[in-house]
Amino acid sequence: MSEVATTRTPAFEARLKKRYAAERRFRLAGLGAILFSVAVLVFLLGTMTFNGIGGFQRATLSVPVDFDQVGLSLPPGVSDTGAVSRALEGQGLPDLVQFSVERALGKQAAAELNSDAWRLVAEQVAEDPALLQGTHTFDLPVTENFASALAGDGHAELQPLARQLAAQEKLERSFDAGFLTRSDATDPQQVGIWGALKGSILTMIVTLALAFPIGVLAALYLEEYAPRNRWTDLIEVSINNLAAVPSIIFGLLGLALFLGVFPHMRSAPLIGGMTLALMTMPVIVIAGRNAIKAVPPSIRDGAMALGASPVQVVFHHVLPLALPGILTGTIIGMARALGETAPLLMIGMRAFVATPPDGFTNPATVLPVQIFLWSDEIDRGFVERTSAAIIVLLLFLLLMNGVAIYLRNKFEKKW
Amino acid sequence: MVTDSSSPDAKMRTRDVSVFYGAKQAVDSVSIDIHSEYVTAFIGPSGCGKSTFLRALNRMNDTIPSARVEGCIELDGEDIYRSSMDVVQLRARVGMVFQKPNPFPKSIYENIAYGPRIHGLAEGKQELDAIVEKSLRRAGLWDEVKDRLSDSGTALSGGQQQRLCIARAIAVQPEVILMDEPCSALDPIATARIEELIDELRGRYAIVIVTHSMQQAARVSQRTAFFHLGKMVEYGHTSDIFTNPREERTKDYITGRYG
Repeated sequence: MSEVATTRTPAFEARLKKRYAAERRFRLAGLGAILFSVAVLVFLLGTMTFNGIGGFQRATLSVPVDFDQVGLSLPPGVSDTGAVSRALEGQGLPDLVQFSVERALGKQAAAELNSDAWRLVAEQVAEDPALLQGTHTFDLPVTENFASALAGDGHAELQPLARQLAAQEKLERSFDAGFLTRSDATDPQQVGIWGALKGSILTMIVTLALAFPIGVLAALYLEEYAPRNRWTDLIEVSINNLAAVPSIIFGLLGLALFLGVFPHMRSAPLIGGMTLALMTMPVIVIAGRNAIKAVPPSIRDGAMALGASPVQVVFHHVLPLALPGILTGTIIGMARALGETAPLLMIGMRAFVATPPDGFTNPATVLPVQIFLWSDEIDRGFVERTSAAIIVLLLFLLLMNGVAIYLRNKFEKKW
Repeated sequence: MVTDSSSPDAKMRTRDVSVFYGAKQAVDSVSIDIHSEYVTAFIGPSGCGKSTFLRALNRMNDTIPSARVEGCIELDGEDIYRSSMDVVQLRARVGMVFQKPNPFPKSIYENIAYGPRIHGLAEGKQELDAIVEKSLRRAGLWDEVKDRLSDSGTALSGGQQQRLCIARAIAVQPEVILMDEPCSALDPIATARIEELIDELRGRYAIVIVTHSMQQAARVSQRTAFFHLGKMVEYGHTSDIFTNPREERTKDYITGRYG
């Protein structure tokens, strides 16, 4: 045998080299795609954090307030913050605060004190009535213009004063814990995210409570019970189309349907949640059906051969095995619902809501709508607040995903 | 037909059973009697309808929408396809072991306990523990797994998984056990272990085994039915079928002329 085997000819080896080169190219392309996505993500998160970190801070004046000179007192039995504020306002707390600033830092600084600054004092007094005796130092918010001046951003006439007070450590930017507990306001120094966050939480609860059971039951029925015929094909196509419908259409549906039935519930998380549930359900159905399809038929056969009834087969075997997949689909749908703005605008969740909602039927707004509203504001202070709100939204999303991943792993381990 | 195929004390009796998948006929007028005291083997080439016929015996074909069964199948003299027959109860009485081991992705204990639990066969934990142990002992698996009952059933080897599936079937105390090529996915040693087990279980349950391997049929069964092209060609004592077949087609198959 003088002939060389076909797998050892130069032509074969050249082809082999080409094959390896193709594999290398493919690997590099894949790596490039990953690096590009990571870079975009890092850029996005980086700019967000960089811009938003200021949104969690606000400029405050450090002011000693001498309560003894006026002698304020709380009426007996009053402890609620609102009532304390009203009582102290009647006794002249706003004037006392104004005067204290004037005396400590001068007339010009007092003019730049935030008009709501006394409320902060009232809140602290409500928590600790003993403050009404003696002299105490408070960090009081300033006006939006003055805050901008401190940042060196416009308002040239105020900048020297801001620089001077900052040098004396009387004016500084500090972490604003109130941003996480207050609600919307017209003054960027006074806004908070809690109202929108609570609105989002309530809306998500309604969405999950409606979309998850309905979606899972629909998926189970379609996969396990429904006969294969023209009608189920039609339903399948309809559900797939529903998942692709632009979200604003769902908003119109919610407006026409839900607000038609409950006209007094405009802007309520209940209506918002119902609207978003319509949008989320098809996503859960599609993911659920795929997860259920992926359960090996041999498991069904095994259970059935032991005499398990169809519903036992479904709930003891199919559903637990499909649950991780269903949860993944659910979290994708919920994440989409959490970030949704358009349908909620249609049902009035873009209203200015200055108090956090107390329940599912109170007027509320949600995080993405709040971000949208703030991004539309003219005041410079809202730019930072908008970025801060985006950070809160992303963290909330991260938390939701984390819970879903935890649940998924838990269910996977159990089996 | 063999004379003792119509004896009155048969556990299961089929008369002119035909199974169709849509318009295609898979099984054609099979009449056979299955006895409690014997292992009955179905042999025949691929696609001859033996597995389809087996699945008709506990109505597993119900899950295939296009499948249709004609004729009469009786369990202890009751027609299992009559409308008043509870299919859940039927499958508790006629258990099944599949070609590919299919333990549930649960613990070994849960695999065995599942059947008794859904049928309410055990009162309390102790009784359930006893059933699990007894079933695993009968399946010859107890000594291998008694220290790791909480491990996943899917972590066992293929042969152990198949014995687990047999133990699972035994645990609901069936009267008949149908085995659909239970050793086709196993190595020779695991196969030998399963064959021993089938031999030990003989007499306690009526056992029907579908197999591709004629040697296996010869080793484990006392009665053998030969299927070809949807028809049952010959049924009789295993020794007669293998040493002295009456039909030409049986002889050709057994001697390896086709199949």
